[in-house]
Amino acid sequence: MKTMLQRNIRDRFMEGLLVLSTIIVLLPLIIIIAHVIIHGIGALNWDFFTQELGSPSRALQGRPTGLVHTILGTLVVDFMALTIALPVGLGAGIMLSEYPDHKLNPVLRVMNDTLNGMPAILKGLLAFVLIVKPMGTFSGFSGGVALSFVMLPIIARTTESALMSIPWSIREAGLAIGLPRWRVVLSTVMPAARFGLVTGTLIAFARAAGEAAPLLFTSFGNNYLPNHWLGMILGPVDTLPQRLYSLAISPYSHWHNMGWAAAIVLLVFVMLTFATARFFTRQKF
Amino acid sequence: MLNNSAKLLKTPFTHLKDISNLLMHQASGPARASKPVSGVTFTPEPASGGKKFRMQTRNLTVRYGTTIGVEDVTLPIYDKEVLALIGPSGCGKTTYLRALNRMHDLTRIASVTGEVLLDGTDIYGNDINPVNIRRRIGMVFQKPTPFPTMSIYDNVVAGLKLVGIRKKSLLDEVCERALKQAALFEEVKDRLRSPGAGLSGGQQQRLSIARALAVDPEVMLMDEPTSSLDPQSTNRIEELIHTLKEQVTIVIVTHNMQQAARLSDRTAFFYVGHLIETGTTNDIFTKPKETRTEEYISGRFG
Ligand SMILES: Nc1ncnc2c1ncn2[C@@H]1O[C@H](COP(=O)(O)OP(=O)(O)OP(=O)(O)O)[C@@H](O)[C@H]1O
Ligand SMILES: [Mg+2]
Repeated sequence: MKTMLQRNIRDRFMEGLLVLSTIIVLLPLIIIIAHVIIHGIGALNWDFFTQELGSPSRALQGRPTGLVHTILGTLVVDFMALTIALPVGLGAGIMLSEYPDHKLNPVLRVMNDTLNGMPAILKGLLAFVLIVKPMGTFSGFSGGVALSFVMLPIIARTTESALMSIPWSIREAGLAIGLPRWRVVLSTVMPAARFGLVTGTLIAFARAAGEAAPLLFTSFGNNYLPNHWLGMILGPVDTLPQRLYSLAISPYSHWHNMGWAAAIVLLVFVMLTFATARFFTRQKF
Repeated sequence: MLNNSAKLLKTPFTHLKDISNLLMHQASGPARASKPVSGVTFTPEPASGGKKFRMQTRNLTVRYGTTIGVEDVTLPIYDKEVLALIGPSGCGKTTYLRALNRMHDLTRIASVTGEVLLDGTDIYGNDINPVNIRRRIGMVFQKPTPFPTMSIYDNVVAGLKLVGIRKKSLLDEVCERALKQAALFEEVKDRLRSPGAGLSGGQQQRLSIARALAVDPEVMLMDEPTSSLDPQSTNRIEELIHTLKEQVTIVIVTHNMQQAARLSDRTAFFYVGHLIETGTTNDIFTKPKETRTEEYISGRFG
C-alpha cells in the first residue's frame, strides 16, 4: 500500500510531465510565429497589398512593389481546388459512411487512403501530367486540381466520420416513413452532421492552402497580375506558399523581407480558417 | 372519451385519401391497392371471423450471421386487427417486427428467408421497392427518434414534404390531425416551429407516432411504443390504437401483459426465436394450450 503522500507526489509529477510536454509542443509554434512577425511586419505596408512584384530591379531601385497578384492568385487557386474537391469529397464520404455494403466501397477506401498518403509533390506531378502537359501551359487551373488532390481525401474522411457520428436510429426512422435512402441521407443525416461537415472542409482547405509543393510545376508562379482574370485560371499564376519559397531563395534582401511578410499573410489566412473550423466544432444543434 | 376521439378523427380521415393519392403519384412503384406486383400471388383466405389476411409470414427465418433471430414463423395478420407480440426479452419480437417492413435490409449481417406477404404479394420479391412497402407499413420504434434539425411541424410532415408534397394547407391539416391522433397537439400547438429535439422524452415518442401516422400507413408496426411514456400518455396512445384499428392494421410489441390484454384482438407468444402459440387474446390469456405460454403470462400478470 502506498501512502496518500506518495500518491500525491506521483500525481504531481505526472501532471508536471504533461505540462512540460505541452510546452515542448507549443514552443516551436510560438518561436516560428514570433520570428515570422518580427522579420515580416516591416514589409507589410500599403504597397504590399496593392502592387504587383515585377522584376527584381523594382525592389532594388526602391520603386513600389508588392504581392497583390499573389494574394488574389492564392484565393483563385484555393477556391478552385475547393470547388473541385468539395462535391467529390462529400460524395466519397457519403459513399463510405452510408453505403458500407456497396461493392465499390472497399476500392474507394483504398484509393482514398492512397491519395491521402501520397507526397504532395507527387500530387503536383499528377496534375502536371493530367492538365499542364495537354494544355501546353502552366495554369491556375492545374494548380487548383493539384490542391484538390490534397483536399479530397481529407474531406472524404472527415465527411465519413461526421456522418457516422449520427445515430443509425435516425436513418431507420427516415426509412420507416417511406423515404428513399438518398433522401434520408440528404435531408436528415447531413443536416444533423452539418457542423462536422463544415469543420472537415475547413481543415482540408487550410491544409491545402499551406502547400507549396503541388504548385511548383502546376500554377508555377508569376511576377505580374494577368491582364484578364481568366489569365489566373488559364495561365501561370502566383500563390503565397510558392512565392514564399521563391522569395526566400532569391539573392535580394528586400525580397527576403517580403517573403517574411508573405509568411505572415499565409499564417493569418490558415489560422483564421482553423479558428473558423474550431468555432463550428463547438456548435451544437 | 373514445367516442370523442372517434368523432375528431372522422373528418381528417376523409382527407387521407387525397394524401395517399398524392403519394401514389409520387411513387413510380406499384399501385397502392391490392394489385399484386410480383408474379407470386396468394389469394387471401377468409379467416374464421370472416376477416381477411392483411399480411402473412410463411416460414419466416431471420438470422444475424449464424445467430438465429426468429426461426420458421408462420403467422397471419388479419385486416384491421391489433396483434400483440409478447415473450421474454431476446425472444425475437423486434426481429420479427422489423422483417415486416424490410427494416433488416439495412443490417448487413441480417438475412431473411421465407415469405412476408402483404395483400398476397411477397414484399421480399425481386421487383419490389422497399420504399413503397415502408410507405404502406409504418413503424414506431422503442426509443423516440425525432429528426434532430427539424421543427416539430417539419418532423410530423417529413414523410410528405420530403417526397415533394408542398401544398401548405394540406401539410397544415395533416400536421394537426396527426398530432391530435398522437395526443400531442394541445401541448405543442403554440410552438410548432420549435425544434422537435427540444421536447421531453415522452413527447418525443408521441411526435414519432404522429410522424408515422402522417403518411397514413395501412399497417402500423409498434415496438414497445409506450415503454418511455408516463401513464397518462400511455392511456392516450392506447386510446389512439383503439380508434386507429378502424382504419389500420396494428402489430404491437409489448412487455406489459395488461396492455396486451386491453388492446389486442389476437396475441402471439414468442420464446427463444420461435412462435410458440397464437390465438385470440382471450384464449391466450384464459386458456393457453402451451405450458410455457401459461407460465410466462401468469408470471407477469399478477
Ligand atoms: N443487430 C443484431 N445483431 C446480432 N444479433 C442480434 C441483433 N439484433 C438482435 N439480435 C439477437 O436476436 C435475438 C432476438 O432479438 P430481438 O431484439 O428480436 O429480441 P426482443 O424479443 O425484441 O427482445 P426485447 O424484448 O429485449 O426487445 C437476440 O438473441 C438478439 O441477441
Ligand atoms: Mg425488442
